[in-house]
Amino acid sequence: MSYFPDEVIEHVFDYVTTHKDRNALSLVCRWWYRIERLSRQRVFIGNCYAISPERTLARFPALRSLTLKGKPHFADFNLVPQDWGGFVFPWIENFARSRVALEELRLKRMIVSDESLELLSRSFPNFKSLVLVSCEGFTTDGLAAIAANCRQLRELDLQENEIDDHRGQWLSCFPDNCTSLVSLNFACLKGEINLATLERLVARSPNLKVLRLNRAVPLDTLQKILMKAPQLVDLGTGSYLTDPHSETYSKLKIALLKCQSIRSLSGFLDVLPRCLPAFYPVCSNLTSLNLSYAPGIHGSELIKLIRHCVKLQRLWILDCIGDNGLAVVASFCKELQELRVFPSDLNDIGHAAVTEEGLVAISAGCPKLHSLLYFCQQMTNAALITVAKNCPNFIRFRLCILDPKKLDPVTAKPLDEGFGAIVQACKSLRRLSLSGGLTDQVFLYIGMYAEQLEMLSVAFAGESDKGMLYVLNGCKKLRKLEIMDSAFGDVALLTDVGKYETMRSLWMSSCEVTLGACKMVARKMPSLNVEIINEHDQTEFCPDDDEQKVEKMYLYRTMVGPRNDAPEFVWTL
Amino acid sequence: MGFEETELRLGLPGNGGGGGGGGSHEGEMVMRKRGFSETESSDESADNNVDLKLNLSSKDQPKAQVVGWPPVRSFRKNMMAVQKSSTDESTEKAVSGGSAVFVKVSIDGAPYLRKVDLKMYKSYQDLSDALGKMFSSFSTIGNCGSQGMKDFMNESKLMDVLNGSDYVPTYEDKDGDWMLVGDVPWEMFVESCKRLRIMKGKEAVGLAPRAMEKCKNRS
Repeated sequence: MSYFPDEVIEHVFDYVTTHKDRNALSLVCRWWYRIERLSRQRVFIGNCYAISPERTLARFPALRSLTLKGKPHFADFNLVPQDWGGFVFPWIENFARSRVALEELRLKRMIVSDESLELLSRSFPNFKSLVLVSCEGFTTDGLAAIAANCRQLRELDLQENEIDDHRGQWLSCFPDNCTSLVSLNFACLKGEINLATLERLVARSPNLKVLRLNRAVPLDTLQKILMKAPQLVDLGTGSYLTDPHSETYSKLKIALLKCQSIRSLSGFLDVLPRCLPAFYPVCSNLTSLNLSYAPGIHGSELIKLIRHCVKLQRLWILDCIGDNGLAVVASFCKELQELRVFPSDLNDIGHAAVTEEGLVAISAGCPKLHSLLYFCQQMTNAALITVAKNCPNFIRFRLCILDPKKLDPVTAKPLDEGFGAIVQACKSLRRLSLSGGLTDQVFLYIGMYAEQLEMLSVAFAGESDKGMLYVLNGCKKLRKLEIMDSAFGDVALLTDVGKYETMRSLWMSSCEVTLGACKMVARKMPSLNVEIINEHDQTEFCPDDDEQKVEKMYLYRTMVGPRNDAPEFVWTL
Repeated sequence: MGFEETELRLGLPGNGGGGGGGGSHEGEMVMRKRGFSETESSDESADNNVDLKLNLSSKDQPKAQVVGWPPVRSFRKNMMAVQKSSTDESTEKAVSGGSAVFVKVSIDGAPYLRKVDLKMYKSYQDLSDALGKMFSSFSTIGNCGSQGMKDFMNESKLMDVLNGSDYVPTYEDKDGDWMLVGDVPWEMFVESCKRLRIMKGKEAVGLAPRAMEKCKNRS
């Protein structure tokens, strides 16, 4: 192989972009490892504590784009205390010192301070793209710094972050000569926006393709913006309220007729459904529709809207669509690939509006479906077996029956057979979330059939350690396992500790695992950080009592040992 | 400024959930619709977290709500909670028919203006109460009396009010004239009112022609 100069190999490597593929390249031989590491520009780090900024740069000196994830997934559901960790500052600070030519930063579940954002904005003259998903710790002041100082900014994408809105003029901080914006998403901001500034910004951004507004932007402004930006590809409306007889609404209809490029639509945080017909011309081009924050759209108005969306590939919706509504989706949206049905009323768990019927209808009508997140009232084994037969191509299958441990209402049996059918039929399944009444049997099936499974989420399931062992033994590609309130204990945890080095992380909370077992894992596997999280019972928790059950354990492989920023309530064994 | 007492929840278009004065260049202040309650809601997210753990939901739950269940992101939970209230409000508005009628409200001596939606009120009394609460720390314009602003038609009371330091609500109508609030039927007032100004009593003298005449006659 030595007849190829490095430059040729490198050129070929340019076409290999996903980090999985690049990782595979680097394992072929030392020569390829060297070429690959020197040329990799986009680096993905799934656990920010698995490696340090220094070592990352040592291996990938050409780094231009960094993706970092912080807190474990269950942090989304309040299972991880806020200051557990995941601070981005050390990374930015190190990269700034090392004069990395950073262009892109994508963070998920991390703590981002205004100080970090300010430092970021001043340290990287070529910085182009900031994407923050489910992050917290910053305010609109930090955004102001980004707007003001990042002269080449193309993308500012804020998804579902908790941002302290100081109602300052952050949007005005974009300089008048900033014309490079391609993507701007501030839908999660809670405060007021200077509307005139927004309109001017849109007017001077000819490359703007993605614009997602927050609730403070009224329909009147939306109409003016659309007149200035008919080239938009992705639109998130703000507040969608007006008098359908008003001139504003007429102007909006005209503006939307010109927006032939819109393929993705979201928003409608406040909505007057009678004004939705303005969007019908847009609907027929849509490939992605997110109405999961629009409880105001339901019933016949929702159905009418969906009937126009014949090219839809991705649909995020609330369960008030009902089984009947899902049947309509199944008959009109034949190209559907991804469906997410979210619960609309979290206080009144007994009233989820979709059941197994809706899912069966979708599976029958949408053969291309491969990703599912489905919150429902109930599920039957028969339905799951039918779904598995109709849709053998699932990559992601996440089912959440709102009443935990709920059995099949028809047969009063657990849902083992149903999920078993899913894993057996769906040979490409990479992600699975279980719910409902489940015994060890379902895990036997998962271990046997789910050969491609990378992530498994378990809650209120299993009967004994055997369940967890089936999975650990059988799923060779398992990377993330997260378990809450299930009957797995020390035997399951300790039988094959070497397995955890092949995985990114393991989370177990409210299970039967004892402190002594956790200590043993830590002793045997120095390449793992085993963290015990004890928020409440600091006084009751006795560090020497190995018999006591551990409330929350999070272990992950790492190359840099225990972290030095762990708060008091986190104990690394 | 005593926002604690205002707690205005007007559910207006474009200001459903997050509300709050941003302060625009034009000097126009959008009302802090949720001045207090918005602060409340940012605490609420912490409260929601606590609530989930302590099962303090207002309805009686047959099952205890477990932390981490159902697996819905807190961001989404908070957003839906906020939207539930604002959707109810905007639905009510849609049912009552017609869009909002926003007018600016200025009060002499205050550093900033407010805005109200006249459609939220059914009578002068309602408006008077609301304005009274809004500006309660400035003075007692609630002295419009228990009989409402129509008290102004009572001459002796009018004189007391106009000569005193009490504030008087006035409005600019469609023709650009400044009128004393209370002369015309409520619905007609809502149709014709373009902005409200709460003047000091003495300055309002010019707006009550009959009273002014009488004033002149007496002196």
